[in-house]
Amino acid sequence: MNLDFTEEQGMLRTAARDFLTKECPKTLVRQLEEDEKGYSPELWRKMAELGWMGLVIPEEYGGMGMEFMDLIILLEEIGRNILPGPFFSTVVLGSLPILAAGTEEQKAEFLPKVASGDLILTLALTEPSARYDAAGVATKAVAQGDSFVINGTKLFVENAHIADYMICVTRTKKGATPEEGITLFIVDAKSPGIKCEVVPTIALDKLCEVVFENVIVPKKNMLGKLNQGWPIVARTLEQGAVAKCAEMIGGAQAALDMTVSYVKERVQYGRPIGSFQVIQHYCANMWINVDTGRSILYEAAWKVGEGLPAAAEVAVAKGWINEACKFVTERGVQCHGAIGTTRDHDIGLYYRRAKAAELAFGDTDFQREVVAQQIGL
Amino acid sequence: MDFSFSPEEKEFGVQVRTFLDREVSDEFLSDLEERGEVDFSREFTKKLAQKGWLAIAWPKEYGGGGASIVQQLIFNEEIGYHHAPTGAHRQGIKILGPCLMVHGTEEQKRKYLPPITAAEVVWCQGFSEPNAGSDLASLQCCAIADGDDYVITGQKVWTTNAHRADRCHLLTRTDPEAPKHRGISYFLVEMRSPGITVRPLINMLAAHDFNEVFFDNVRVPKENMLGEKNQGWYVSQTALNFERSGIEEVGMASKTLEELVDYCKETKRNGKLLANDLIVRHKLAEMAVQIEVARMIAYRVAWLQSKGQIPSYEASMSKLVGTELRKRLGDIGMQILGLYGPLETGAKWAPLKGRVLRAYLHALGQTMAMGTSEIMRNIIALRGLELPRA
Repeated sequence: MNLDFTEEQGMLRTAARDFLTKECPKTLVRQLEEDEKGYSPELWRKMAELGWMGLVIPEEYGGMGMEFMDLIILLEEIGRNILPGPFFSTVVLGSLPILAAGTEEQKAEFLPKVASGDLILTLALTEPSARYDAAGVATKAVAQGDSFVINGTKLFVENAHIADYMICVTRTKKGATPEEGITLFIVDAKSPGIKCEVVPTIALDKLCEVVFENVIVPKKNMLGKLNQGWPIVARTLEQGAVAKCAEMIGGAQAALDMTVSYVKERVQYGRPIGSFQVIQHYCANMWINVDTGRSILYEAAWKVGEGLPAAAEVAVAKGWINEACKFVTERGVQCHGAIGTTRDHDIGLYYRRAKAAELAFGDTDFQREVVAQQIGL
Repeated sequence: MDFSFSPEEKEFGVQVRTFLDREVSDEFLSDLEERGEVDFSREFTKKLAQKGWLAIAWPKEYGGGGASIVQQLIFNEEIGYHHAPTGAHRQGIKILGPCLMVHGTEEQKRKYLPPITAAEVVWCQGFSEPNAGSDLASLQCCAIADGDDYVITGQKVWTTNAHRADRCHLLTRTDPEAPKHRGISYFLVEMRSPGITVRPLINMLAAHDFNEVFFDNVRVPKENMLGEKNQGWYVSQTALNFERSGIEEVGMASKTLEELVDYCKETKRNGKLLANDLIVRHKLAEMAVQIEVARMIAYRVAWLQSKGQIPSYEASMSKLVGTELRKRLGDIGMQILGLYGPLETGAKWAPLKGRVLRAYLHALGQTMAMGTSEIMRNIIALRGLELPRA
């Protein structure tokens, strides 16, 4: 057992925190919430120069060859500072499945461009059925000569409006189980027949509706094997859930820090409100939630990073952190009083994101059902 | 980072589990229960000593096993899981011993440590008083110097196992004029000393574990003071931090959850297996989540200890999470058992031998013992977050 980070990991955290504090102030976060693209190409370029997009891509594909846990550290800082843009969709949802399941040719084509910041990716999985399991995939792909033709509607697709390529999860066969007959394609987002529209959300995080109408994709863009794509999605969902947990814990820590500073300064009845026991216990409970969440996050991240079976740990982590993050941001708003409820106050940025993040990759009930199965029920 | 145990540690875990499966059988636990000694067995403590596992994590120079903190963690989780009785050694092994190693004189270490590791002496802890609970530092039991002795007069309360103990580690006031934290001294007292009276307090489980202890001019030699005069508060804080870092709660909760899961898989209600009831599934899953969360926070406390650090607010967090978890689990377990839940141990129809009921009642005391959940939150807020004092 070793529950410490390495010195290099400590340096990565510090460097990421310093960079984001300087380059991504909350003024920029607010500006990008209202921005059509939702990200800053200039900041994106700087992140690429730091090697962030290629952090876990092997060196032979132009990346830094670091570990999943390193990515978790970076995502924690990204969540702490709220970095708007397509980092999550490109790196976690796009590059990881290509790295895991891509052909040599696909890896050579896409990964170096991801690492250099020249490609934005996303995963088109969910549909209007709004579920994360294979039964929710109705979008069809039908073979036609050297290509497949995709028809259907994807919904809640992150950053599809700016993506260069989407990994589209399709149904290619009606199998005995919902998992059978799923096939993935790396689809050029500019292909004729794709219509994309940003749907405004609580976190203004650029979720899109993407309609595929007779979209032609060459067979060579198939990711993984025909009809056997679900395990790739399942693995990506596990990685995505843990990665989302990292962002959430970073955000919860920021909300806690902001609240603790505030209650030390805010004076009522002639003393800082942080000297009242009721506020102290709110803050203690917030911290317990952040701290326990972080411990469970690292356990899940370690398992996923090691490639070990992690279904239970991931569901435990997401199930816990969903509730922890909502609790912490809600108490954070409460400790700020009325000012915390305004659109202008930063605590609200975290409160809104906590709800969006809870629902991504499975809400608490979804995770509890997974855990129930894992404990033998 | 690496959350795995080494092959040696895993092998050790198997050995411990095999030993405890044998020594802490259902019959053994039922027998203790009948004797009214649910958490107390000198025989079991003796067996641990013979096995070399009693003071497993103590340094070898003090008669310990010199095992790593990780091995201790594995061991304690198994002890909790098996509901093994620890009352006959908990104070000596987990609290006083480590405290003596830090604050004791060489002579005190020689005198007091070997009988602990040999399972010859049972200690009780004289901290709380009727008017000094959460506000422990306001304690009034006083010790006045008289020749080569101190003379102790006052009352202690909630003294677990005082009626079974040989010795008591005791906090007393030695300077009534000093600020309350700076006038306390720590003594090691023989329970057979003239002037000590022990009276039972019966807990909600109808068991006699707690006591009131009265000191009426009890003479204690000066060399029995642990640490410097008037520094007893600081010595005691070391003790509390050692005690608060346990993982036993996690082990106990894991066992209860497993039993509930098995019960739900074989019990039908209204023609339907409980295991197929969505509400039941989610309640048990929620508990599984909380158990794993509590386990990880306890692991981190152990990890800090293994690096030679003394956790303070981290240990408070672990104590709070673990004990509140068991209270919640007791409640959820009782809900799932429905009308069968309140049936007492030994009653006809009592499911799971009444263990869920006992967990429900037992868990209450744990959120008070060694600092209430509220005190844990105070520590977290004041020491951890450095919020201003009132």
